[in-house]
Amino acid sequence: MRFNEKWLREWVDPPVTAEILGEQLTMAGLELDSIEPAAPAFSGVVVAEVLSVEPHPDADKLRVCQVDAGTGETLQIVCGAANVRAGLKVPAALIGARLPGDFRIKKAKLRGVASAGMLCAEAELGLAESSDGLMELPQDAPVGADIREFLDLDDKVIEIDLTPNRGDCLGIAGIAREVGVLNRLPVQGPEIGDIEPAIPDTLDIRVTAPVACPRYLGRVLRGVDARARTPLWMRERLRRSGIRSLGPLVDVTNYVMLELGQPMHAFDLTRIHGGIEVRMARNGEKLVLLDGNELTLDDDTLLICDADRPLALAGIMGGEDSGIGDDTRDVFLECAFFSPLAIAGRARRHGLQTDSSFRFERGVDPQLQHRAMQRATALLLAICGGQAGPVIEVASDADLPVPPRIMLREARLRRMTGIEIGAGEVGEILERLGMDVSRTDAGWEVIAPAFRFDIALEADLIEEVARIYGYDRLPTRVPQVRLRPSSMPEGRLDLSRIRACLVDRGYHEVITYSFIDPAHQALIDPQVEPRALANPISSEMAVMRTSLLPGLLNTIAYNQKRQQGRVRIFESGLRFIPQDNDLQQKETLSAAISGDAYDEQWGLSARPADFYDLKADLEALLILTGREKDFRFESMTHPALHPGQSAAVFDGREQVGWVGSIHPQVIEKLGLLSPIVAFEMDLDALGQARIPSFRPLSKFPSIRRDLAIVVDETVSAARIAEVVRQAAGERLQDLLLFDVYQGEGIDSGRKSIALGLILQDYSRTLTDRDVEDTITPVLQALRDELDATLRE
Amino acid sequence: MLEQAMSRLETAGDAQELEQLRVEYLGKKGLFTSQMKMLGKLPAEERPAAGQAVNQAREQFQSRLQARRQSFEQAALNERLRSETIDVTLPGRGNAPGGLHPVTRTLERVEAYFTRIGFTVETGPEIEDDYHNFEALNIPSHHPARAMHDTFYFDAHHLLRTHTSPVQVRTMERQQPPLRVIAPGRVYRCDSDVTHTPMFHQVEGLLIDEDVSFADLKGTLDDFLRHFFERDLKTRFRPSYFPFTEPSAEADMECVICNGDGCRVCSHTGWLEVLGCGMVHPKVFEMVGIDNERYTGYAFGVGVERLAMLRYGVDDLRLFFENDLRFLRQFR
Repeated sequence: MRFNEKWLREWVDPPVTAEILGEQLTMAGLELDSIEPAAPAFSGVVVAEVLSVEPHPDADKLRVCQVDAGTGETLQIVCGAANVRAGLKVPAALIGARLPGDFRIKKAKLRGVASAGMLCAEAELGLAESSDGLMELPQDAPVGADIREFLDLDDKVIEIDLTPNRGDCLGIAGIAREVGVLNRLPVQGPEIGDIEPAIPDTLDIRVTAPVACPRYLGRVLRGVDARARTPLWMRERLRRSGIRSLGPLVDVTNYVMLELGQPMHAFDLTRIHGGIEVRMARNGEKLVLLDGNELTLDDDTLLICDADRPLALAGIMGGEDSGIGDDTRDVFLECAFFSPLAIAGRARRHGLQTDSSFRFERGVDPQLQHRAMQRATALLLAICGGQAGPVIEVASDADLPVPPRIMLREARLRRMTGIEIGAGEVGEILERLGMDVSRTDAGWEVIAPAFRFDIALEADLIEEVARIYGYDRLPTRVPQVRLRPSSMPEGRLDLSRIRACLVDRGYHEVITYSFIDPAHQALIDPQVEPRALANPISSEMAVMRTSLLPGLLNTIAYNQKRQQGRVRIFESGLRFIPQDNDLQQKETLSAAISGDAYDEQWGLSARPADFYDLKADLEALLILTGREKDFRFESMTHPALHPGQSAAVFDGREQVGWVGSIHPQVIEKLGLLSPIVAFEMDLDALGQARIPSFRPLSKFPSIRRDLAIVVDETVSAARIAEVVRQAAGERLQDLLLFDVYQGEGIDSGRKSIALGLILQDYSRTLTDRDVEDTITPVLQALRDELDATLRE
Repeated sequence: MLEQAMSRLETAGDAQELEQLRVEYLGKKGLFTSQMKMLGKLPAEERPAAGQAVNQAREQFQSRLQARRQSFEQAALNERLRSETIDVTLPGRGNAPGGLHPVTRTLERVEAYFTRIGFTVETGPEIEDDYHNFEALNIPSHHPARAMHDTFYFDAHHLLRTHTSPVQVRTMERQQPPLRVIAPGRVYRCDSDVTHTPMFHQVEGLLIDEDVSFADLKGTLDDFLRHFFERDLKTRFRPSYFPFTEPSAEADMECVICNGDGCRVCSHTGWLEVLGCGMVHPKVFEMVGIDNERYTGYAFGVGVERLAMLRYGVDDLRLFFENDLRFLRQFR
């Protein structure tokens, strides 16, 4: 809500500055957005009369004007505006004037003709964004008067951000009421008397949707002059409220809306065939609005119609067909109460928001229509002339909102707010707010005024009392702790521990958008149809990720383009996996690396990071769970991964993640550099930890035996370890794999693997014989099952 | 002989020469040994004195030999240490740690405060249904507040949660009071400009117990802000509106950039809006079946990026989701 200070002060004039007033409103829940001057600073501009206009000898578009600016002499001013004419009153910037933008007026010659000043348009005075032609002042404007005084520009524009519950403050009257309450001052609006009908003309009004439209007022005005000029004071108030002047008929309805909070609509009477019908739309019915858009309507939309067709979208916008124009002589004025529920959401559905719909969906005072109609009639007759018919009213008392009786309990008020407030003060606050208050044993019985749609419950009254009493005066109690510790499951590995581990291993955490480019999604996870947003903000953020990998790859690309060659990043968050008709939202951890294995440094030779660098980091996380032996890596294929460098991670029988190098084609398509390795894990699996369980330490020394075996290159390390463990039995404490070699001395297609077996017994020191008894079956099994030979 | 032996000890050039001298004088066939052997040939009355003399000379030699040997060892050690001297200012080998995203870092601080005063952390789905995101929070389908929520929809019933408040509802559906929970997480609004990203983070807080008033809400949030910013901040609460709380408030804190004097960050008001909060609305209690006569509660929601920006002086919201390593490295 935007309004000028002086207008408000006509209603209520507290002895405080605009700034303090703004502060008061903010602390009462009507948040001040801004206070700005009504016009930018300028000086030296006066009311002037154009005495004569002659063509410029050397320029077609310029005119040479003789001007009386009240200086005692006639000034010659060259002017290029099309609307300059003898007899016109305009603002004139005299020599020495300063206009907005620090533009100074000096004596000048325009194409050889002397000019002693400048005739001004509104835009030049900072009163409009743009203007075509000079600002035309009323004929009675006193020549020589300072324009700032004449237009009363030393005023402020106050803008308040209203919350949706305070529709009652969407007019000067409402703001004034609130200011009156806060400052304990009476509020005085303009005198609004009844305009007696001068003509008997009426129109038939039928309301067939009384729930949606409990009250409808109409009035016929004949013989109005739609070309009359809206008085300057009204245009200025509209301008300061951010509303453009569009001719007196529209201006008056807008003015009444700003003043009282009642939206109105003016129809051209001659366009209404038969009478008015207020009804719900029929499905598929069409209406062309004032803005030229054609809408197709649903049956929960309220319409204003005539005998033949829809005329307006009730409470939202008028139709093109029935709108008033410059030639309008006869007007039908509408002033209705539409139920908030009948209007709410309808404008938004069609991408509209109007000053009218904004007010109706928040709630307009259902008792206001008569006053508003009388006010608008009086203003219209004064500006446009004409004659008014009687006010026609159709109302359904049963459907008008009835403010509820609300019990406010003193004890409850104290319990909710913590305040010890005197009963007298509570009653007084409520009464100041316009409530009908009566004392009861437990507290008060309250009926809120009709304009307060937001007051329905005891809690609402508690807020009102607290708000006017002042939130800042309410007591404060330090946090009260209940000694009831929450559970502390040791069998869970916290995400924070997992994050800390990765951070300590050199990773940066990133946060990427949960919605991604469908093209990336299709490249990386083509087998899953992702969940798509109905209204994405852009085509690159249109589907929900089924993997965190696209976000990580994008982040790598972003950083590679900024000379960050070595990237180690991880992210945790949900991925969204459609399943049948359901959707899984899985907590996921993903990491990716690219570039060198180490930061560039003197002590380590540079090499690109590879699969095993990342795998070590993943294994570190598995070790943190204490159940690393439950996890298995198995070669797999995945559309985004290198087929020879990717593994599924199994937790027992369930696949809980993958690790692999990104497929070279994916890297190329995404414009990435260098190999990239990534993993993705279900956090559920990583979160399950084993609680340590002590095993006694052996008192006897361990013995190590190293074996170098040669096997087919397709035999996996995991398989070798499995065979060794099975054959070695319980004495095998640990198994190391400390070398892998292919090349000279080894047949092609074969590889050499060096194993270290750590043997130990809990009951005695192992003898050479014991060791032989363990190693022999191991060698045997390796030979039999893996075709392994001992390397010489 | 002793004189000669002693002088040879002094002129020996290294440990090896010393060892040769030891063998020459003290070895089985050494000079002192043979002197001792020759004692037997002396008359009995001379033997004690002569023996003593030889012993004395040998001990003198031995102790000097020991001293000389130690000095050579010391010199050798010194030489070794000198040769092993390195440039200790060269950087260490290996990799530097990374860092948490500033949003996570901030969330962890918020969680740390609230878990210390007995709150537990709850999470919920990000693809929500209309009921939990709106209806159950007293925001029916045509409510004007929905217009402020620029919602991402999937279909008529499913959407990306616009706030973390649905976790409130889910928690109340699952558990009976007393309740103390916070719900951190991602939220989404269909809005993108200099001060809005379509995804951001919130922490929702909910406390329900038998004796909870607005005074508890004020006290807790006031205390939280002071702890979070580690400053003796002024806060103020002003009336506001959320459909799911009544009374509702917005909490402002003294601008941490200008200490309340007024600057660009606080739009020259000296105050920064940081929290929305209020007492849980009776209709919300009704919808989840909690007795509002017995229990009262408060709820609040705070924007995490906003806290992070103020705490760490980040001046552009969009930096959080660009994940530029040069930005992230500043938070390790």
